[in-house]
Amino acid sequence: MRYGRGPEVLSDVSLSLPRGSFHFVTGPSGAGKSSLLKLIYLAARPSSGAVRLFGEDVTTLGGGDLPRIRRRIGVVFQDLLLLDHLSAFDNTALPLRIAGHKPSEYRNDVAELLTWVGLGQRMNALPPTLAGGEKQRLAIARAVVARPEILLADEPTGNVDHEMALRIYRLFVELNRLGTTVIIATHDQDLVARSARPVLHLDKGRLRPLPPQGPAA
Amino acid sequence: MTDAPFDPARWRPASFLPDEDARDPALLFVIGVLCFLACLTALGVIAADRAASGWSSQLRSEATVIVRAQGGETPDAAAARAAEVLAGVAGVSEARALEKEKAYELIRPWLGDVAADLDDLPVPRLVAVGLDRRKPATAATLSAALKGQGLDAVVDDHSVWLKDIRHAAGVVRWTGVVIFLLIAGAAGAVVAYATRAGLAARRDVVEVLHLTGAEDAQIANLFELRFARVAAIAGAAGALAAGGLGVVLRLIGGGDGITPALPIAWIDLLAVLPCPVLAAIVAAVAARLTARRLIRQL
Repeated sequence: MRYGRGPEVLSDVSLSLPRGSFHFVTGPSGAGKSSLLKLIYLAARPSSGAVRLFGEDVTTLGGGDLPRIRRRIGVVFQDLLLLDHLSAFDNTALPLRIAGHKPSEYRNDVAELLTWVGLGQRMNALPPTLAGGEKQRLAIARAVVARPEILLADEPTGNVDHEMALRIYRLFVELNRLGTTVIIATHDQDLVARSARPVLHLDKGRLRPLPPQGPAA
Repeated sequence: MTDAPFDPARWRPASFLPDEDARDPALLFVIGVLCFLACLTALGVIAADRAASGWSSQLRSEATVIVRAQGGETPDAAAARAAEVLAGVAGVSEARALEKEKAYELIRPWLGDVAADLDDLPVPRLVAVGLDRRKPATAATLSAALKGQGLDAVVDDHSVWLKDIRHAAGVVRWTGVVIFLLIAGAAGAVVAYATRAGLAARRDVVEVLHLTGAEDAQIANLFELRFARVAAIAGAAGALAAGGLGVVLRLIGGGDGITPALPIAWIDLLAVLPCPVLAAIVAAVAARLTARRLIRQL
Protein backbone atom coordinates (compact mmCIF):
# COMPACT_ATOMS: atom_id res chain seq x y z
CA MET A 1 0.00 0.00 0.00
CA ARG A 2 1.18 3.52 -0.81
CA TYR A 3 -0.34 7.00 -0.59
CA GLY A 4 -0.47 8.51 -4.05
CA ARG A 5 2.95 8.19 -5.64
CA GLY A 6 4.73 8.05 -2.30
CA PRO A 7 6.81 5.18 -0.97
CA GLU A 8 5.23 1.88 -0.04
CA VAL A 9 4.03 2.05 3.58
CA LEU A 10 2.87 -1.55 3.79
CA SER A 11 4.22 -4.41 1.74
CA ASP A 12 3.64 -8.14 1.68
CA VAL A 13 1.21 -7.84 4.57
CA SER A 14 -0.91 -10.93 4.68
CA LEU A 15 -2.98 -11.81 7.70
CA SER A 16 -6.27 -13.33 8.66
CA LEU A 17 -7.88 -12.49 12.00
CA PRO A 18 -10.55 -14.84 13.31
CA ARG A 19 -13.89 -13.37 14.38
CA GLY A 20 -13.82 -12.58 18.08
CA SER A 21 -10.03 -12.39 18.31
CA PHE A 22 -8.00 -9.73 20.16
CA HIS A 23 -4.76 -8.44 18.67
CA PHE A 24 -2.29 -5.71 19.35
CA VAL A 25 -0.46 -4.03 16.50
CA THR A 26 2.91 -2.73 17.56
CA GLY A 27 5.91 -1.23 15.90
CA PRO A 28 7.93 1.97 15.80
CA SER A 29 6.48 5.23 14.52
CA GLY A 30 6.07 5.13 10.76
CA ALA A 31 6.01 1.34 10.68
CA GLY A 32 2.54 1.36 9.09
CA LYS A 33 0.29 0.66 12.09
CA SER A 34 -2.20 3.43 11.29
CA SER A 35 -2.14 2.52 7.59
CA LEU A 36 -3.01 -1.06 8.41
CA LEU A 37 -5.96 0.12 10.51
CA LYS A 38 -7.05 2.51 7.74
CA LEU A 39 -7.24 -0.40 5.35
CA ILE A 40 -9.51 -2.20 7.78
CA TYR A 41 -11.79 0.73 8.56
CA LEU A 42 -12.04 1.54 4.87
CA ALA A 43 -10.39 4.94 4.95
CA ALA A 44 -7.87 3.75 2.38
CA ARG A 45 -7.69 1.15 -0.35
CA PRO A 46 -4.67 -1.05 -0.97
CA SER A 47 -2.72 -0.19 -4.11
CA SER A 48 -2.59 -3.92 -4.73
CA GLY A 49 -3.99 -6.92 -2.95
CA ALA A 50 -7.34 -7.33 -1.26
CA VAL A 51 -9.03 -6.74 2.08
CA ARG A 52 -11.83 -9.07 3.11
CA LEU A 53 -14.19 -8.14 5.93
CA PHE A 54 -17.20 -10.12 7.09
CA GLY A 55 -16.67 -12.50 4.20
CA GLU A 56 -16.68 -9.75 1.54
CA ASP A 57 -13.88 -8.39 -0.59
CA VAL A 58 -14.27 -4.75 0.43
CA THR A 59 -11.64 -3.52 -2.03
CA THR A 60 -14.08 -4.09 -4.88
CA LEU A 61 -17.11 -2.55 -3.17
CA GLY A 62 -18.58 0.65 -4.58
CA GLY A 63 -18.91 3.78 -2.44
CA GLY A 64 -22.57 3.04 -1.81
CA ASP A 65 -21.76 -0.24 -0.05
CA LEU A 66 -19.10 1.13 2.31
CA PRO A 67 -21.46 2.65 4.95
CA ARG A 68 -23.03 -0.78 5.51
CA ILE A 69 -19.59 -2.21 6.37
CA ARG A 70 -18.39 0.85 8.30
CA ARG A 71 -21.39 0.69 10.63
CA ARG A 72 -20.14 -2.68 11.83
CA ILE A 73 -16.76 -1.22 12.75
CA GLY A 74 -15.93 1.07 15.68
CA VAL A 75 -12.79 3.18 15.45
CA VAL A 76 -10.79 5.18 17.97
CA PHE A 77 -8.86 7.41 15.60
CA GLN A 78 -5.33 8.42 16.41
CA ASP A 79 -6.26 12.11 16.12
CA LEU A 80 -9.64 11.33 17.74
CA LEU A 81 -11.71 13.21 15.10
CA LEU A 82 -14.24 14.53 17.60
CA LEU A 83 -16.73 17.08 16.30
CA ASP A 84 -15.96 20.26 18.22
CA HIS A 85 -19.42 21.79 17.80
CA LEU A 86 -21.18 18.77 19.30
CA SER A 87 -21.46 18.00 23.00
CA ALA A 88 -19.84 14.91 24.44
CA PHE A 89 -23.28 13.30 24.47
CA ASP A 90 -23.92 14.16 20.81
CA ASN A 91 -20.45 12.97 19.80
CA THR A 92 -21.01 9.65 21.52
CA ALA A 93 -24.47 9.19 20.03
CA LEU A 94 -23.20 9.92 16.50
CA PRO A 95 -22.88 6.31 15.21
CA LEU A 96 -26.31 5.44 16.56
CA ARG A 97 -27.92 8.47 14.96
CA ILE A 98 -26.23 7.75 11.64
CA ALA A 99 -27.47 4.17 11.81
CA GLY A 100 -30.99 5.56 12.14
CA HIS A 101 -31.79 4.66 15.75
CA LYS A 102 -34.30 6.76 17.66
CA PRO A 103 -33.02 8.80 20.63
CA SER A 104 -35.39 6.97 22.97
CA GLU A 105 -33.62 3.72 22.09
CA TYR A 106 -30.14 4.80 23.08
CA ARG A 107 -30.10 7.90 25.27
CA ASN A 108 -29.81 5.90 28.50
CA ASP A 109 -27.08 3.67 27.06
CA VAL A 110 -25.08 6.70 25.95
CA ALA A 111 -25.41 8.34 29.35
CA GLU A 112 -24.39 5.11 31.07
CA LEU A 113 -21.38 4.65 28.81
CA LEU A 114 -20.21 8.23 29.32
CA THR A 115 -20.52 7.78 33.06
CA TRP A 116 -18.54 4.57 32.81
CA VAL A 117 -15.65 6.28 31.00
CA GLY A 118 -15.64 9.00 33.65
CA LEU A 119 -17.44 11.70 31.65
CA GLY A 120 -20.73 11.56 33.56
CA GLN A 121 -20.30 15.18 34.63
CA ARG A 122 -19.16 16.37 31.19
CA MET A 123 -21.92 15.06 28.95
CA ASN A 124 -22.87 18.55 27.83
CA ALA A 125 -19.30 19.75 27.38
CA LEU A 126 -17.84 20.55 23.99
CA PRO A 127 -14.60 18.73 23.06
CA PRO A 128 -12.45 21.90 23.05
CA THR A 129 -13.25 22.31 26.75
CA LEU A 130 -12.18 18.76 27.59
CA ALA A 131 -8.73 17.72 28.75
CA GLY A 132 -6.66 15.40 26.55
CA GLY A 133 -7.54 12.29 28.50
CA GLU A 134 -11.23 13.21 28.53
CA LYS A 135 -11.19 13.62 24.77
CA GLN A 136 -9.59 10.23 24.39
CA ARG A 137 -12.22 8.60 26.57
CA LEU A 138 -14.92 10.36 24.61
CA ALA A 139 -13.49 9.00 21.36
CA ILE A 140 -13.49 5.53 22.87
CA ALA A 141 -17.07 5.90 24.01
CA ARG A 142 -18.10 6.88 20.49
CA ALA A 143 -16.23 3.91 19.03
CA VAL A 144 -17.87 1.33 21.25
CA VAL A 145 -21.38 2.75 21.72
CA ALA A 146 -22.88 0.85 18.80
CA ARG A 147 -21.31 -2.43 19.95
CA PRO A 148 -19.35 -2.90 16.76
CA GLU A 149 -18.32 -6.29 15.44
CA ILE A 150 -14.79 -5.01 14.94
CA LEU A 151 -13.17 -2.42 17.18
CA LEU A 152 -10.05 -0.67 15.92
CA ALA A 153 -8.15 1.62 18.24
CA ASP A 154 -5.15 3.65 17.22
CA GLU A 155 -3.18 4.53 20.35
CA PRO A 156 -6.30 4.57 22.55
CA THR A 157 -4.40 4.96 25.80
CA GLY A 158 -1.89 7.55 24.62
CA ASN A 159 -3.27 10.42 26.70
CA VAL A 160 -4.64 8.68 29.76
CA ASP A 161 -3.01 7.67 33.04
CA HIS A 162 -2.11 4.11 33.80
CA GLU A 163 -5.24 3.44 35.82
CA MET A 164 -7.54 4.75 33.09
CA ALA A 165 -5.53 2.83 30.48
CA LEU A 166 -6.23 -0.39 32.32
CA ARG A 167 -9.86 0.52 32.70
CA ILE A 168 -10.16 1.19 28.98
CA TYR A 169 -8.36 -2.04 28.27
CA ARG A 170 -10.85 -3.90 30.43
CA LEU A 171 -13.68 -2.31 28.42
CA PHE A 172 -12.09 -3.65 25.26
CA VAL A 173 -11.72 -7.07 26.86
CA GLU A 174 -15.38 -7.01 27.87
CA LEU A 175 -16.45 -6.11 24.33
CA ASN A 176 -14.19 -8.88 23.04
CA ARG A 177 -15.81 -11.32 25.41
CA LEU A 178 -19.18 -10.33 23.94
CA GLY A 179 -17.89 -11.22 20.46
CA THR A 180 -16.23 -8.05 19.16
CA THR A 181 -12.98 -8.50 17.25
CA VAL A 182 -10.51 -6.04 18.77
CA ILE A 183 -7.37 -4.66 17.14
CA ILE A 184 -5.35 -2.10 19.08
CA ALA A 185 -2.38 -0.27 17.64
CA THR A 186 -0.22 0.90 20.50
CA HIS A 187 3.21 1.88 21.72
CA ASP A 188 2.24 0.92 25.26
CA GLN A 189 4.50 -2.09 25.76
CA ASP A 190 3.39 -2.38 29.36
CA LEU A 191 -0.21 -2.85 28.28
CA VAL A 192 0.80 -5.35 25.60
CA ALA A 193 2.91 -7.28 28.08
CA ARG A 194 0.13 -7.42 30.65
CA SER A 195 -2.52 -8.53 28.19
CA ALA A 196 -0.98 -11.77 26.92
CA ARG A 197 -2.66 -11.21 23.58
CA PRO A 198 -1.18 -11.98 20.16
CA VAL A 199 0.85 -9.19 18.66
CA LEU A 200 1.15 -8.12 15.03
CA HIS A 201 4.49 -6.36 14.87
CA LEU A 202 5.12 -4.03 11.97
CA ASP A 203 8.53 -2.82 11.00
CA LYS A 204 9.13 -0.69 7.93
CA GLY A 205 5.80 -1.76 6.51
CA ARG A 206 6.38 -5.47 6.88
CA LEU A 207 4.47 -7.70 9.24
CA ARG A 208 6.05 -9.93 11.84
CA PRO A 209 3.57 -11.77 14.07
CA LEU A 210 4.75 -12.22 17.63
CA PRO A 211 3.44 -14.70 20.17
CA PRO A 212 1.43 -13.41 23.15
CA GLN A 213 3.65 -11.67 25.65
CA GLY A 214 3.47 -11.76 29.41
CA PRO A 215 0.58 -12.70 31.69
CA ALA A 216 -3.04 -11.80 31.04
CA ALA A 217 -4.25 -8.63 32.76
CA MET B 1 -14.43 21.39 35.96
CA THR B 2 -18.07 20.29 35.70
CA ASP B 3 -20.95 21.60 33.64
CA ALA B 4 -24.55 22.26 34.57
CA PRO B 5 -26.43 19.01 35.29
CA PHE B 6 -27.26 17.24 32.05
CA ASP B 7 -30.50 15.36 31.76
CA PRO B 8 -30.32 12.73 29.01
CA ALA B 9 -34.11 12.50 29.01
CA ARG B 10 -34.30 16.10 27.81
CA TRP B 11 -31.54 15.75 25.25
CA ARG B 12 -32.37 16.66 21.67
CA PRO B 13 -29.97 15.67 18.88
CA ALA B 14 -27.93 18.61 17.66
CA SER B 15 -27.33 19.35 14.00
CA PHE B 16 -24.37 17.51 12.54
CA LEU B 17 -23.30 20.77 10.90
CA PRO B 18 -22.38 23.77 13.06
CA ASP B 19 -25.32 26.12 13.47
CA GLU B 20 -23.24 29.21 12.88
CA ASP B 21 -22.71 28.11 9.25
CA ALA B 22 -26.43 28.65 8.65
CA ARG B 23 -26.20 32.30 9.65
CA ASP B 24 -24.01 33.49 6.80
CA PRO B 25 -25.25 37.09 6.35
CA ALA B 26 -23.72 37.47 2.88
CA LEU B 27 -25.57 34.42 1.58
CA LEU B 28 -28.82 35.56 3.18
CA PHE B 29 -28.42 39.01 1.63
CA VAL B 30 -27.65 37.76 -1.88
CA ILE B 31 -30.52 35.26 -1.96
CA GLY B 32 -32.82 37.84 -0.38
CA VAL B 33 -31.98 40.40 -3.09
CA LEU B 34 -32.47 37.81 -5.84
CA CYS B 35 -35.85 36.86 -4.38
CA PHE B 36 -36.79 40.54 -4.14
CA LEU B 37 -35.97 40.99 -7.84
CA ALA B 38 -37.83 37.80 -8.76
CA CYS B 39 -40.92 39.01 -6.91
CA LEU B 40 -40.73 42.42 -8.58
CA THR B 41 -40.47 40.68 -11.95
CA ALA B 42 -43.52 38.59 -11.15
CA LEU B 43 -45.49 41.67 -10.07
CA GLY B 44 -44.39 43.55 -13.19
CA VAL B 45 -45.43 40.73 -15.50
CA ILE B 46 -48.80 40.36 -13.78
CA ALA B 47 -49.43 44.11 -13.97
CA ALA B 48 -48.41 44.22 -17.64
CA ASP B 49 -50.67 41.28 -18.37
CA ARG B 50 -53.56 42.99 -16.66
CA ALA B 51 -52.93 46.20 -18.59
CA ALA B 52 -52.82 44.28 -21.87
CA SER B 53 -56.04 42.42 -21.00
CA GLY B 54 -57.75 45.70 -20.16
CA TRP B 55 -56.71 47.34 -23.41
CA SER B 56 -57.63 44.26 -25.43
CA SER B 57 -61.02 44.02 -23.79
CA GLN B 58 -61.69 47.69 -24.43
CA LEU B 59 -60.61 47.44 -28.06
CA ARG B 60 -62.56 44.24 -28.64
CA SER B 61 -65.74 45.95 -27.49
CA GLU B 62 -65.40 48.83 -29.92
CA ALA B 63 -65.22 49.36 -33.65
CA THR B 64 -64.95 52.47 -35.75
CA VAL B 65 -66.68 52.86 -39.10
CA ILE B 66 -65.62 55.44 -41.66
CA VAL B 67 -68.51 56.44 -43.85
CA ARG B 68 -68.15 58.23 -47.17
CA ALA B 69 -71.15 59.97 -48.60
CA GLN B 70 -72.28 58.87 -52.04
CA GLY B 71 -74.48 60.55 -54.62
CA GLY B 72 -76.38 63.50 -53.27
CA GLU B 73 -76.33 62.31 -49.69
CA THR B 74 -74.56 64.60 -47.23
CA PRO B 75 -71.79 63.13 -45.07
CA ASP B 76 -73.86 63.74 -41.94
CA ALA B 77 -76.91 61.99 -43.40
CA ALA B 78 -74.77 59.02 -44.54
CA ALA B 79 -73.23 58.74 -41.07
CA ALA B 80 -76.64 58.88 -39.39
CA ARG B 81 -77.99 56.20 -41.71
CA ALA B 82 -74.92 54.00 -41.11
CA ALA B 83 -75.40 54.36 -37.36
CA GLU B 84 -79.01 53.36 -37.69
CA VAL B 85 -78.10 50.31 -39.79
CA LEU B 86 -75.33 49.24 -37.44
CA ALA B 87 -77.53 49.62 -34.35
CA GLY B 88 -79.76 46.92 -35.76
CA VAL B 89 -77.00 44.37 -36.30
CA ALA B 90 -76.82 41.49 -33.78
CA GLY B 91 -73.78 41.85 -31.53
CA VAL B 92 -73.87 45.66 -31.58
CA SER B 93 -74.85 47.35 -28.35
CA GLU B 94 -74.58 50.92 -29.54
CA ALA B 95 -73.84 52.87 -32.73
CA ARG B 96 -73.36 56.61 -32.74
CA ALA B 97 -72.39 58.97 -35.55
CA LEU B 98 -69.65 61.30 -34.36
CA GLU B 99 -69.96 65.02 -34.91
CA LYS B 100 -68.11 66.39 -37.88
CA GLU B 101 -65.73 68.21 -35.53
CA LYS B 102 -64.41 64.83 -34.43
CA ALA B 103 -63.67 63.93 -38.02
CA TYR B 104 -61.93 67.29 -38.49
CA GLU B 105 -59.87 66.64 -35.38
CA LEU B 106 -58.64 63.40 -36.87
CA ILE B 107 -57.41 65.00 -40.09
CA ARG B 108 -56.12 68.21 -38.53
CA PRO B 109 -52.55 66.81 -38.15
CA TRP B 110 -52.34 66.43 -41.92
CA LEU B 111 -54.28 69.48 -43.13
CA GLY B 112 -53.62 71.95 -40.37
CA ASP B 113 -56.13 74.36 -38.86
CA VAL B 114 -58.40 74.69 -41.88
CA ALA B 115 -61.69 73.63 -40.34
CA ALA B 116 -63.49 76.63 -41.75
CA ASP B 117 -62.86 75.44 -45.28
CA LEU B 118 -63.59 71.79 -44.66
CA ASP B 119 -67.31 72.06 -45.30
CA ASP B 120 -66.45 72.14 -48.97
CA LEU B 121 -64.44 68.93 -48.74
CA PRO B 122 -66.01 65.47 -48.71
CA VAL B 123 -64.55 64.57 -45.35
CA PRO B 124 -65.69 61.10 -44.28
CA ARG B 125 -67.69 60.82 -41.09
CA LEU B 126 -67.05 58.42 -38.25
CA VAL B 127 -69.48 56.10 -36.51
CA ALA B 128 -68.46 54.76 -33.11
CA VAL B 129 -69.79 51.26 -32.60
CA GLY B 130 -70.10 49.62 -29.21
CA LEU B 131 -69.99 45.83 -29.45
CA ASP B 132 -71.61 43.23 -27.25
CA ARG B 133 -68.78 42.03 -24.96
CA ARG B 134 -70.05 38.48 -24.87
CA LYS B 135 -70.88 38.00 -28.52
CA PRO B 136 -69.42 40.88 -30.51
CA ALA B 137 -70.38 41.35 -34.16
CA THR B 138 -67.49 40.73 -36.54
CA ALA B 139 -66.08 43.31 -38.93
CA ALA B 140 -67.38 41.20 -41.83
CA THR B 141 -70.93 41.26 -40.44
CA LEU B 142 -70.83 45.01 -40.01
CA SER B 143 -69.43 45.53 -43.52
CA ALA B 144 -72.08 43.27 -45.03
CA ALA B 145 -74.87 45.14 -43.24
CA LEU B 146 -73.57 48.52 -44.45
CA LYS B 147 -73.02 47.29 -47.98
CA GLY B 148 -76.54 45.85 -48.00
CA GLN B 149 -77.88 49.35 -47.41
CA GLY B 150 -75.74 50.87 -50.15
CA LEU B 151 -73.34 52.61 -47.81
CA ASP B 152 -69.70 53.17 -48.72
CA ALA B 153 -67.97 52.42 -45.44
CA VAL B 154 -64.83 50.89 -44.01
CA VAL B 155 -65.02 49.00 -40.71
CA ASP B 156 -62.03 49.13 -38.38
CA ASP B 157 -62.45 46.53 -35.63
CA HIS B 158 -59.02 47.43 -34.13
CA SER B 159 -57.68 43.97 -34.97
CA VAL B 160 -54.28 45.41 -35.89
CA TRP B 161 -54.01 47.09 -32.50
CA LEU B 162 -55.24 43.98 -30.74
CA LYS B 163 -52.60 41.90 -32.47
CA ASP B 164 -49.88 44.34 -31.44
CA ILE B 165 -51.09 44.42 -27.86
CA ARG B 166 -51.25 40.63 -27.67
CA HIS B 167 -47.77 40.43 -29.16
CA ALA B 168 -46.40 43.00 -26.72
CA ALA B 169 -48.07 41.22 -23.80
CA GLY B 170 -46.53 37.94 -24.93
CA VAL B 171 -43.08 39.52 -25.18
CA VAL B 172 -43.42 40.98 -21.68
CA ARG B 173 -44.62 37.66 -20.30
CA TRP B 174 -41.81 35.62 -21.81
CA THR B 175 -39.24 38.25 -20.89
CA GLY B 176 -40.50 37.93 -17.33
CA VAL B 177 -40.19 34.16 -17.47
CA VAL B 178 -36.63 34.40 -18.81
CA ILE B 179 -35.67 36.93 -16.11
CA PHE B 180 -37.28 34.71 -13.50
CA LEU B 181 -35.33 31.68 -14.72
CA LEU B 182 -32.10 33.71 -14.81
CA ILE B 183 -32.68 34.79 -11.22
CA ALA B 184 -33.46 31.22 -10.18
CA GLY B 185 -30.30 30.08 -11.97
CA ALA B 186 -28.26 32.77 -10.23
CA ALA B 187 -29.70 31.74 -6.86
CA GLY B 188 -28.89 28.12 -7.62
CA ALA B 189 -25.33 29.05 -8.59
CA VAL B 190 -24.89 31.06 -5.38
CA VAL B 191 -26.11 28.12 -3.31
CA ALA B 192 -23.88 25.70 -5.25
CA TYR B 193 -20.92 27.95 -4.50
CA ALA B 194 -21.91 28.17 -0.84
CA THR B 195 -22.33 24.40 -0.67
CA ARG B 196 -18.87 23.92 -2.15
CA ALA B 197 -17.43 26.37 0.39
CA GLY B 198 -19.42 24.72 3.19
CA LEU B 199 -18.15 21.28 2.28
CA ALA B 200 -14.58 22.52 2.07
CA ALA B 201 -14.89 24.28 5.43
CA ARG B 202 -16.50 21.26 7.09
CA ARG B 203 -14.46 18.55 5.45
CA ASP B 204 -13.55 17.28 8.93
CA VAL B 205 -17.22 16.80 9.78
CA VAL B 206 -17.89 15.06 6.47
CA GLU B 207 -14.92 12.77 7.04
CA VAL B 208 -16.11 11.77 10.51
CA LEU B 209 -19.64 11.17 9.28
CA HIS B 210 -18.32 9.07 6.39
CA LEU B 211 -16.07 6.97 8.59
CA THR B 212 -18.86 6.49 11.10
CA GLY B 213 -21.05 4.97 8.40
CA ALA B 214 -23.02 7.88 6.95
CA GLU B 215 -24.20 7.46 3.39
CA ASP B 216 -23.46 10.11 0.77
CA ALA B 217 -27.17 10.92 0.61
CA GLN B 218 -27.33 11.47 4.39
CA ILE B 219 -24.47 13.96 4.24
CA ALA B 220 -25.89 15.67 1.14
CA ASN B 221 -29.23 15.94 2.98
CA LEU B 222 -27.57 17.97 5.72
CA PHE B 223 -26.42 20.59 3.23
CA GLU B 224 -29.69 20.40 1.30
CA LEU B 225 -31.80 21.09 4.38
CA ARG B 226 -29.46 23.78 5.62
CA PHE B 227 -29.46 25.77 2.40
CA ALA B 228 -33.17 25.20 1.83
CA ARG B 229 -33.81 26.77 5.24
CA VAL B 230 -31.46 29.68 4.54
CA ALA B 231 -33.11 30.27 1.15
CA ALA B 232 -36.60 30.08 2.66
CA ILE B 233 -35.68 32.76 5.21
CA ALA B 234 -34.03 34.94 2.57
CA GLY B 235 -36.96 34.30 0.22
CA ALA B 236 -39.44 35.41 2.88
CA ALA B 237 -37.43 38.59 3.44
CA GLY B 238 -37.21 39.30 -0.30
CA ALA B 239 -40.91 38.60 -0.78
CA LEU B 240 -41.79 40.84 2.15
CA ALA B 241 -39.71 43.68 0.71
CA ALA B 242 -41.21 43.26 -2.77
CA GLY B 243 -44.72 42.98 -1.32
CA GLY B 244 -44.08 46.14 0.73
CA LEU B 245 -42.93 47.99 -2.36
CA GLY B 246 -46.04 46.73 -4.17
CA VAL B 247 -48.24 48.13 -1.40
CA VAL B 248 -46.51 51.51 -1.66
CA LEU B 249 -46.90 51.58 -5.46
CA ARG B 250 -50.55 50.60 -5.14
CA LEU B 251 -51.22 53.28 -2.53
CA ILE B 252 -49.46 56.17 -4.25
CA GLY B 253 -50.77 55.20 -7.67
CA GLY B 254 -54.45 55.69 -6.96
CA GLY B 255 -57.12 53.25 -8.01
CA ASP B 256 -55.26 52.02 -11.02
CA GLY B 257 -51.88 51.64 -9.42
CA ILE B 258 -48.70 53.57 -10.05
CA THR B 259 -49.70 54.36 -13.62
CA PRO B 260 -52.62 53.34 -15.79
CA ALA B 261 -50.08 51.58 -17.99
CA LEU B 262 -48.98 49.20 -15.22
CA PRO B 263 -51.87 48.67 -12.83
CA ILE B 264 -51.15 46.67 -9.67
CA ALA B 265 -54.14 45.15 -7.91
CA TRP B 266 -54.15 44.15 -4.27
CA ILE B 267 -54.60 40.53 -5.23
CA ASP B 268 -51.43 40.69 -7.35
CA LEU B 269 -49.41 41.04 -4.16
CA LEU B 270 -50.28 37.42 -3.36
CA ALA B 271 -47.88 36.47 -6.15
CA VAL B 272 -44.94 36.98 -3.76
CA LEU B 273 -46.24 34.31 -1.36
CA PRO B 274 -44.72 31.24 -3.11
CA CYS B 275 -41.30 32.93 -3.17
CA PRO B 276 -39.89 31.37 0.04
CA VAL B 277 -41.00 27.90 -1.06
CA LEU B 278 -39.60 28.31 -4.57
CA ALA B 279 -36.34 29.70 -3.18
CA ALA B 280 -36.09 26.74 -0.81
CA ILE B 281 -36.69 24.28 -3.65
CA VAL B 282 -34.08 25.91 -5.89
CA ALA B 283 -31.57 25.98 -3.04
CA ALA B 284 -32.28 22.40 -2.02
CA VAL B 285 -31.82 21.10 -5.55
CA ALA B 286 -28.63 23.11 -6.10
CA ALA B 287 -27.17 22.05 -2.74
CA ARG B 288 -28.10 18.41 -3.24
CA LEU B 289 -26.60 18.16 -6.71
CA THR B 290 -23.42 19.98 -5.67
CA ALA B 291 -22.97 18.12 -2.39
CA ARG B 292 -23.52 14.68 -3.90
CA ARG B 293 -21.06 15.35 -6.71
CA LEU B 294 -18.40 16.70 -4.34
CA ILE B 295 -18.89 14.00 -1.70
CA ARG B 296 -18.40 11.31 -4.34
CA GLN B 297 -15.04 12.90 -5.16
CA LEU B 298 -13.84 12.94 -1.54
